[in-house]
Amino acid sequence: MKRYRARRRRNAVAVSVCAGATLLGLGWVILILLALLREGRSGMSLAVFTEMTPPPGAAGGLLNAIVGSLMMTALAVALGTPLGIAAATYLAEYGRHGRLRHVVRFFNDILLSAPSIVIGLFIYEILVAPLGHFSGYAGACALALIVVPVVVRTTEDMLLLVPDPLREAAAALGLPRAAVITRIAYRAAGTGMLTGVLLAIARISGETAPLLFTALNNQFISVDMGSPMASLPAVIFQFALSPYKEWQALAWTGALIITLAVLALNVTTRTIASARSRK
Amino acid sequence: MASSLPVARPALGPAFRHWRAFDCGFRLVTLTATVAVLVLLVGIMIALIKGAAPAFAAFGPHFLVDSSWNPVIEKFGALAPIYGTAVTSFIAMLIAAPLGLGIAMFLTEICPTRLRRPISIAIELLAGIPSIIYGMWGLFVLAPVLQNTVQPVLIGLFARVPGLSALLAGPPYGIGVLTAGLILAIMVLPLITSVACDVFATAPAVLKEAAYGVGATTWEVFRHVVLPYARVGVIGAMMLATGRALGETMAVTFVVGNAHRISGSLLAPGTTISATIANEFTEAVGERYGAALMALALILFAITFVVLAAARLLLLHAGQQTGQRP
Amino acid sequence: MKLRTAVAVAMAASIATFTTSANAADISGAGATFPYPIYAKWADAYKKETGIGLNYQSIGSGGGIKQIQAKTVTFGASDMPLQAADLEKYGLVQFPTVLGGDVPVANLDGVKAGELHLDGKTLGKIFLGDIKRWDDAAIKKLNPQVMLPAQPIVVVHRSDGSGTTFIWTDYLSKVSPDWKAKVGASTAVEWPVGVGAKGNAGIAQNVMNTKGAIGYVEYAYAKQNSMMTIDMVNHDGKTVAPSAAAFAAAAAGADWIGTPGFSVILTDQPGAEAWPIAGATFILMHKQPRDPALAAEALKFFAWAYAKGGTMAADLDYVPMPAAVAAAVEAMWSRDIRDSSGKPLYAPSK
Repeated sequence: MKRYRARRRRNAVAVSVCAGATLLGLGWVILILLALLREGRSGMSLAVFTEMTPPPGAAGGLLNAIVGSLMMTALAVALGTPLGIAAATYLAEYGRHGRLRHVVRFFNDILLSAPSIVIGLFIYEILVAPLGHFSGYAGACALALIVVPVVVRTTEDMLLLVPDPLREAAAALGLPRAAVITRIAYRAAGTGMLTGVLLAIARISGETAPLLFTALNNQFISVDMGSPMASLPAVIFQFALSPYKEWQALAWTGALIITLAVLALNVTTRTIASARSRK
Repeated sequence: MASSLPVARPALGPAFRHWRAFDCGFRLVTLTATVAVLVLLVGIMIALIKGAAPAFAAFGPHFLVDSSWNPVIEKFGALAPIYGTAVTSFIAMLIAAPLGLGIAMFLTEICPTRLRRPISIAIELLAGIPSIIYGMWGLFVLAPVLQNTVQPVLIGLFARVPGLSALLAGPPYGIGVLTAGLILAIMVLPLITSVACDVFATAPAVLKEAAYGVGATTWEVFRHVVLPYARVGVIGAMMLATGRALGETMAVTFVVGNAHRISGSLLAPGTTISATIANEFTEAVGERYGAALMALALILFAITFVVLAAARLLLLHAGQQTGQRP
Repeated sequence: MKLRTAVAVAMAASIATFTTSANAADISGAGATFPYPIYAKWADAYKKETGIGLNYQSIGSGGGIKQIQAKTVTFGASDMPLQAADLEKYGLVQFPTVLGGDVPVANLDGVKAGELHLDGKTLGKIFLGDIKRWDDAAIKKLNPQVMLPAQPIVVVHRSDGSGTTFIWTDYLSKVSPDWKAKVGASTAVEWPVGVGAKGNAGIAQNVMNTKGAIGYVEYAYAKQNSMMTIDMVNHDGKTVAPSAAAFAAAAAGADWIGTPGFSVILTDQPGAEAWPIAGATFILMHKQPRDPALAAEALKFFAWAYAKGGTMAADLDYVPMPAAVAAAVEAMWSRDIRDSSGKPLYAPSK
């Protein structure tokens, strides 16, 4: 009986420790989100979306940063998604049993987890230094390099989930291989691939390091991607480390905007995934 | 497609040729894309090596163990950033590993089913928060608390303990290596939790039920049935998290203190490889300075590469064990 | 099908947006954080007046020097003047825009701006880590009336390459042989102690948030944020408080026009009113710019700043350059800055 009680005790301790760990983890989430909401909400106003970043001591908004982020994100996705989907298609369809697949998957995972600052340095070396100026294009390329491995990974996983009998049936009906892929596999994996793209967008929304040496920053609004462009993370980086109250408030507001956007994307991803699984 | 069967020829007309061209073209395009992904990674490595070459030429392998960082006389060494990277990641894993495993155990074994989804979603929210926000939160919320409350207590508590007093010495900066480690711990926690949850779920229910059936407690089931199954996967998860912690830039730059010094105290400021690059790259004047930073990036890339390769191999092994694809 | 055509149209439209340059390209500059407050103000006013934008990114003097050498910006800004040999080597011209001063700032409970006095030697010892606490005897000797807490000193320095650092370390090298031997003067040095912060703004923020901290910032940052400034004992032995007048006094004996590249360093200057850690901030441009049109626009901006920007500078306690110097600078532009066909990019309007 004593041993039983000892075991019960150990179990109780272990369970409460784990419960405590969960509470601690949840506690961090709540603390961080609360701080974000508290600090960011006070700065939130329509001006944030309509006015440019101000010089120190003046009031302003985040228009150029938001526009710059949107443009570079859009271009990055436009560049990275086709490349990623194409590569994943080969890995999942044509090269499923080849050795190239293992090598590429491995390298793709490395690229996926590579420190983003290294990617920024790479783009600096090939796109900024030779051309002689920082540009939004360089920033978008750096972001695209982050999008590609995410899309490759998720697209390949989704394509592999499509049951082979579907493909075989289509082939039996005389459909060429390319058509089997584009008309059957893509359609079946479509929502999953979309999820992958959304995840990639969420990932690059908060990336700062690759933009530091590529797009630099711009205190005015600019839609010319051949010159330095503002972006929300770069502006937040600059403003947060400053002593000016208005700038710090704008940094928090920008942080809140990014977080809300990322969370919204994550929620959308989950909803799509669960809707798909319920089907 | 020569055939002696009497098939309807008209179907194999221009449409067929069009599709065949499309077929070949499509395959070529996808193959090119795949090779392009490969080329990109190799290109990054080549660019880094090319950029770092002057530094290694000037300093040789001594670069890796030199702790000086003197832009005036152009003498650089990677030891301080490497040390900072290693220590912050170590602290992060020390805190996040037990926490993450504990949360994963809670979610898979103990948690009532209704609460499982909301809690796991909440933990994954941590993963969704961009790193620059962690940096801001660390600098504006956590660091003052540490400076005013926690660190003085730690310093006072261990001032007379022989071994630990050096480890926890020094003025309370608020920011520093310990703070950076804390922030990194919070950042890698969701990664550990989610991979660990997946790995714990692979333990066969049959075995668990059998264990419960002979009267094992939840803890005993976890320890003796689930964990052995999950051991390799858990280690793989740890290494993935370590890889993430090693490369983290923005969160660390805000709170690590940016001091190119190796200090015995955890409360002192330090620097990591990525923070050094982020702070100094745009202004590294002089061939050696820029090359030294590139060399740091190469070292970081190499460390991350090794850790991730090991993690992947382990997870592959774990997947093979349970018959799942990694 | 409809979705596909819609997507195709959207993509075409966005590609069109990306490829057209919607507005006249902005002049781009990068460099010192020292003059950032006044450059930002000038850029704002200039844009309101002429519609031309000046995108100035304060990434530190080291960054300014590097980026102008790499020709990635129209002009670079640095508080550390390049010597004539370096200017020749990179094909650059250099000219000063305003004067300011590095000011030691601290965060001590109960002590207000100007109450604390330090001299060069003591400051050097603090930044070398030889003096570790605020109630050290050396500090007490200079400040018998001040209640100094028994707190450790938290030194805050720059983590990025900075002309402000250059002015600071140049001063310390002049007044402390120990500093000169152990550390030296440059835009980035091997700091013996302390925490690194990014930009003048970073030091300001760090000092404001850390009790017992001491750092150095350009005066505009200290003034804008009402920080606790420390008065210094200057070359003549007098204690001075930082102000535009003190900076101007430091520049009283400077021979701008006679020095090649205008590269005058103003630390530890003689003069009863002189602030010992004053300095000018410089602009670097190529003699043959990559983009002559943008360079010409940049020159017009600086001419405007010389002519009309004086009041704005004075508001932030920068000292505008004297008219004679401005004239000499403009003469230098029309002489030295040319496009690839040899035509000068600037014609003085007077």
